[in-house]
Amino acid sequence: MFELDRSKYPPMQDGKSEFDINSHKYLKLWHGPQHPGVTGNMALELTVSGDEVIELKTHIGYLHRGFEKLMERRKYINCFPIVCRICVPEPDTNEYLFSTAVEELAGIEIPEKAKWIRTLNLEMSRLGSFLMWLGGQASMFGMGSVGQWCITHRDYLLDLFEEMCGARVYHMYMVPGGVRGDLPDGFGKRLEAVLQKCEKVIRDSEIVMLNNSVLQARLKGLGIITPDMIDKFGIVGPNARGSGIKRDVRKDTPYLIYDQLDFQIETEDGGDGWARLIVRFKEMKQSISLIRQIMQKMPKTGEIKAKMPNPLHWKIPAGETFVRAESTRGEYGYYMVSDGSEYPRKITVRGPSYTHAMSLLEHLGVGLNIADVGGIMGTLHTYPPEIER
Amino acid sequence: MKNKNDKKILENADLKPIDKDLFSNAYPETVPPLNKYMEKLANWARANSLWFLAFGTGCGAIELRPLLTSRFDIYSKGIAPRPTPRQSGVFIIGGYSSVKTLKRIIRSYEQMQNPKFVISLCSCSINGGMYFDSYNTINQIDKYIPVDVFITGCMPRPEAIMAGFDKLKERILAGKTEGANKYVENFEYYKANQKKIIKDWNMPDYNW
Amino acid sequence: MKTKYEAIENVDNIFGIIDQHEQRPDLSFITLEKDKVIPTLIHLRDVENYSHLVMITAVDFIEDNKFQITYLLHNYENKTDIGVKTLIDRENPTMQSGHKLWKQFATYQRELHEMFGIDFPGSPRINENFALEGWEGIPPMRKDFDTLEYSMKTYHNRSGRKSYDPKTYMKKQLKQDIYKQYPKKGE
Repeated sequence: MFELDRSKYPPMQDGKSEFDINSHKYLKLWHGPQHPGVTGNMALELTVSGDEVIELKTHIGYLHRGFEKLMERRKYINCFPIVCRICVPEPDTNEYLFSTAVEELAGIEIPEKAKWIRTLNLEMSRLGSFLMWLGGQASMFGMGSVGQWCITHRDYLLDLFEEMCGARVYHMYMVPGGVRGDLPDGFGKRLEAVLQKCEKVIRDSEIVMLNNSVLQARLKGLGIITPDMIDKFGIVGPNARGSGIKRDVRKDTPYLIYDQLDFQIETEDGGDGWARLIVRFKEMKQSISLIRQIMQKMPKTGEIKAKMPNPLHWKIPAGETFVRAESTRGEYGYYMVSDGSEYPRKITVRGPSYTHAMSLLEHLGVGLNIADVGGIMGTLHTYPPEIER
Repeated sequence: MKNKNDKKILENADLKPIDKDLFSNAYPETVPPLNKYMEKLANWARANSLWFLAFGTGCGAIELRPLLTSRFDIYSKGIAPRPTPRQSGVFIIGGYSSVKTLKRIIRSYEQMQNPKFVISLCSCSINGGMYFDSYNTINQIDKYIPVDVFITGCMPRPEAIMAGFDKLKERILAGKTEGANKYVENFEYYKANQKKIIKDWNMPDYNW
Repeated sequence: MKTKYEAIENVDNIFGIIDQHEQRPDLSFITLEKDKVIPTLIHLRDVENYSHLVMITAVDFIEDNKFQITYLLHNYENKTDIGVKTLIDRENPTMQSGHKLWKQFATYQRELHEMFGIDFPGSPRINENFALEGWEGIPPMRKDFDTLEYSMKTYHNRSGRKSYDPKTYMKKQLKQDIYKQYPKKGE
């Protein structure tokens, strides 16, 4: 990105610069908790020399609520309403994983139609989260109109969620045992209308963004992830697929009914911000096609909830398990330990931003302009609340 | 000019002279209202041009972004987001606050210029909400900064936030929003509450 | 392509497993002694192809006076997971640091240090604050820390909050014990 004469800047060794902070040549800047476009608060402490960042340290903790401690104090059915509040643009992945972990430990099998409705919910939520990301990434580079279009169309999806689940943002729909309610009448027609609008906005955004020479100059070469970095850092999701690695939890270890749907893993070579942008555009179209397939193949009648014991006096047998799902940012996982009582022993939430936003950002941030630091947070899709829960 | 020597000495009074210039050595002061008709005109102007600080402190802030699109369109009412506290008049506290964020909220609130108003969203700021037993979130925002309007919900819809703005406008036009002056008059009470929970107190004292 | 069972057998032959448990066909948990864990992780990563570190977490077993640390590894070739568990002492919890193996290791160790008090000597930035600022008191995720009492004592609460237990409240409302009319199991 910076093709200047490096002899004026401090020497780099193994990705880190050696400098003396007392020599009054470097400035410490605080890229504070408030960022436009990243829906979360995280602070970056930059050490700059001129316009080049020579060291980046992350500070989190602004949104720490102590979820794991709260869940140990609540019974399993009481944990269920707070679990969706860990991730705000995409709460359904959390609900699905919590319910699956509880069902696996308790040995409950959910009916067929519930699996289809759960998959529909997850794919709609992925589409909504991608639209929000696109608005944020475009706004970071100064393209505010794309942000307005995307947030408006995410609103149409939130209206559909309100019909299906009862609330716009926090759905609390996937209970252990199935789902809470069936789809309303005429839902398929309204969903199809919204999908056509979303297709149009994706097409318009592609025309605007992919032909823009300023965006091309800024994104190409930004934050290059080479294939040997992937396992060293634990990179998952579209960040890994933008470097040509074919990995997707929905294909590798299929869950729900993903093995009955027809799709392929979208990759792109290059490893920079441009390749990740193209991968995410492809994944948005993939989500729309998956939603259409689900509505076609879903069984029309069936039970939506399995027979469950009284949830207030429910004891899960002792054991531990780990379940995973593919969210917009990558592989999301829940590790649940139960000791046979009415309260969980430990539930750990592992979000993909744990490594993207901390160790990877500290590695890739060196050598950037100050203006591109916001851009790299957008292209890695960092999301602080799932780091500190 | 009042005699500033008979006010209490603040905590940064024993700094070296080279650093003393950075901080102000006087207490904040109240701003009395203008005379009757000028105050009504000023209130009308303030109520129709509310600029809020674009700092999303908690999860309630996600429903602020759809307000700026053409479906809800709050630009037409004169409400717009601003990036810095010096340029804004309303501070929207979006939901729960952890102790770390509360320190930044207080710092940003004190940097805003008079007259300033606070709208507080979601039930977490009213009584702790869903995280009432968490060791890192506060249970009542009212004790740390003065609040004008509370909007309940988890989270409130954009229409509810617009109704909250309308309620704030009514209160401004009636002359009942004296939050900034209330903060200065009860300065010791608010500071004592804040210092009780913020252990890592590293904040300068301003006078504006 | 090697299977998960071959990998566990190799680990048993070289290092010695105390206990193992299979949760699903693609997920197994093995328990090892404390000082064999880091060599096992190196062996699993380099020889058996478990190249992706998923998470590191800790569980507090206060009644046995032990912490359990779990390291989860994933193999992208045969798509299986192995969880490596170990038990360490609760009074002076310290564990060998593995921050040279994966780059995200150090972040997990910082979190465990702050939340449980487990020390990993040599890990970068281990003594800095991770998510809490100005915290005085025992590490919050331990079982002997009461979070409700701490919250009620430290933070100012709005008065007027009441809590009801559903069973006793409904009994008073309906003036009868409604649970009596449901038949017990087996009747």
